[in-house]
Amino acid sequence: MKLAVKNELCSGCRACELICSLSQRGENNPHLAALNIVPHFPVPGIYEIKICDQCGDCAEVCPFEAIHEENGVYTINEDECTGCGICLDACPNDVLTMPDDYTIPIKCTNCGDCVLICPREAIYDADAASREEAV
Amino acid sequence: MLYGYAGKILRVNLTEKTHHIEPLPEYMAREYIGGRGFVAKILYDEIEIGIDPLGPKNKLIIAPGPLTGVFLTAGGKTELGTLSPETGGYGDSNIGGHIGPEIKYAGYDMIILEGKAPEKTYLYIEDNKIEFRDASKYWGMECMEAEKALKSDLGEDFQILLIGPAGENMVKFACISHDYGRQAGRTGVGAVMGSKNLKAIAVKGTHSIPLYDKDEVINIGKQMFKACKEKDAEAQWSIYGTIGVTDWCNEVGAFPTKNFYDGWNPNYKNLNGPTAREEIIVRDKGCFCCPIPCGKYSHVKKEGYDVYVEGPEYESNALIGGSCYFDDIKDVAYGNAILDELGMDSISGGNVIAFAMECFERGVITKEDTDGREIKFGDIDSFKYLAEKIAKRDGIGDLLAEGVKRASKILGRGSEDYAIQIKGLEWSGYESRYAPANMLAYMTCDVGAHHNRAWAITYDVATGRDKLEGKADRVIELQHIRPLFDMLGCCRLQWVEISLELDYYPRILKAVTGFDYDMDDLLKLSEKVWNLTRAFWKKHNPDFGRSWDYPPARIMNEPIPSGPAQGKYIPKKDLDWLLDDYYKKRGWTEDGIPTREKLEELGLNFAVKDLYGV
Repeated sequence: MKLAVKNELCSGCRACELICSLSQRGENNPHLAALNIVPHFPVPGIYEIKICDQCGDCAEVCPFEAIHEENGVYTINEDECTGCGICLDACPNDVLTMPDDYTIPIKCTNCGDCVLICPREAIYDADAASREEAV
Repeated sequence: MLYGYAGKILRVNLTEKTHHIEPLPEYMAREYIGGRGFVAKILYDEIEIGIDPLGPKNKLIIAPGPLTGVFLTAGGKTELGTLSPETGGYGDSNIGGHIGPEIKYAGYDMIILEGKAPEKTYLYIEDNKIEFRDASKYWGMECMEAEKALKSDLGEDFQILLIGPAGENMVKFACISHDYGRQAGRTGVGAVMGSKNLKAIAVKGTHSIPLYDKDEVINIGKQMFKACKEKDAEAQWSIYGTIGVTDWCNEVGAFPTKNFYDGWNPNYKNLNGPTAREEIIVRDKGCFCCPIPCGKYSHVKKEGYDVYVEGPEYESNALIGGSCYFDDIKDVAYGNAILDELGMDSISGGNVIAFAMECFERGVITKEDTDGREIKFGDIDSFKYLAEKIAKRDGIGDLLAEGVKRASKILGRGSEDYAIQIKGLEWSGYESRYAPANMLAYMTCDVGAHHNRAWAITYDVATGRDKLEGKADRVIELQHIRPLFDMLGCCRLQWVEISLELDYYPRILKAVTGFDYDMDDLLKLSEKVWNLTRAFWKKHNPDFGRSWDYPPARIMNEPIPSGPAQGKYIPKKDLDWLLDDYYKKRGWTEDGIPTREKLEELGLNFAVKDLYGV
């Protein structure tokens, strides 16, 4: 699973944010999502989908080496993370966040629920897309 | 603990610049559900008889529902309600976008605005932080500019409700705008906001909504998204949105044309969904969690203008394109942009301008009233001139800003006959002279001539357009189902347009709130609210009754002159038959008032005293 986006298809409904917060954190609250829809209105009138593309910049700056890569997915080890927040600034897409009462950051786990729920197919699995092309 | 609800009501006194937070009573949640139910109950209980709708004693209620902001398809709706300055009766209007969810995340199931701010003010809400802030720098700004300025100052993550110049000047059909092109358009809610010196409400919330059974919400929510995706009608609907029905409406003679003189526009192909998609639409723009975005964002460029606008929706297309008689989708979209920017309802706005165009054609309004300028149907310059005059309440615009009912009373000379309204609310986008069920829906709608509570032209076509029997039953059924969505706080279009099964709604409501209601229980609660709003009209207008339900003379007496419904109209004796049948089946008197027995059956005993004295 490799998350990818087509901004021009996004209608800004934010179902992706809501399912992310609900299925991963058990909270019905899109502000606790590990992805973000940024509207650019009234001009030029487009939504920008900010996702974690597992670039690993967060792992690189983590002073406690608490973020580990496995099968292309970076995961925060909750026991090793001190909540210092240094990784937040390193995220190029601003989708690593630490809300007030959180002790470790919210990070995308690559679960794929956003791909499943997106009604416009604006977030998609680039691996699956390339597999389809190969077939 | 109330699941699915934020559990609190925010009551704001603008005069005193104070607020207090009240717990949401459990009976309100169980008996009135939310949204429209809350609006109707609070207005019934708290609006004093005889007050000025634009005075400080009127209230503006903003209420999302238990499904607003929750994970399901299209839980993004919010009801706004007030004593309507246009009709003097029950007024509400529904809005999508993202504001309702944000109000819930901020911790509120309802905001009640009271009094009048001493200075130009905007209300700042960030969770528990409530502030009355100076709005003088935003006052006078058009809607998009004001929203952009507020977001630049506060942050893009604030959701904003605001009024434009029309609301500031208390144009009776001013709307409340949100998210660069969504509006609570009808019944003059924007005029009431303006009367309170309130330019905007900015909301940001960080709280989660508590769920009764989280796993079941995820489960049913995912099923609803999947089901929508698999519906046959999904693809077509999502490409065009509401404007996609333009062809059909013309082909059945239901497209308001030249101020409802006719029922179809020979140039309708220039105004239809495919033309809009090809020529102007640049983006699909959906409300919160909507899988089938009907919002279409357009860029329109032609000599003299270059603007972005959300729309035109079908309704704007019908009242601007049809009723003001344009033949170029770009002019319709530009007209839509003008009304949106000024902050007036594009249904009433289009209807009022079409009325003025006909008045000019008939010499009831002359060049003396229009700064020496000629006013013509189909002329975008005439449209723009009148819209701006209305928003400023300048000259003839001051009269037109009262809406067609009041304006025609003052203009006289037979203009009441073609002031197309019921109860003072301008007629929305469906010519119904050859659609008895739809006609009855307009006559009995509880805010005036609006299609939101029941829409039944397809039913008329399917069951016989000359037949009266059975139409009241269908209208009553729809008047319970459709407003139920406004109580729940979610959009009805998934059911209406792509046939998402109704069974999902009691199931998801149970998972969200724990309330064990089946669909019949919910429809009974919707009937209760329907009777409550009817009682509200009577409570505030002692002469209210059957005579308030009739359409204007043009609709009642003139056959449609051409097109697919040529020669058709429903004579008064047939309208009376429809009303008799409807009142009887509703358990109302022959004058259309809920009986004591009906009120008691529905648990509205408190209204018996108001209507029957004891």
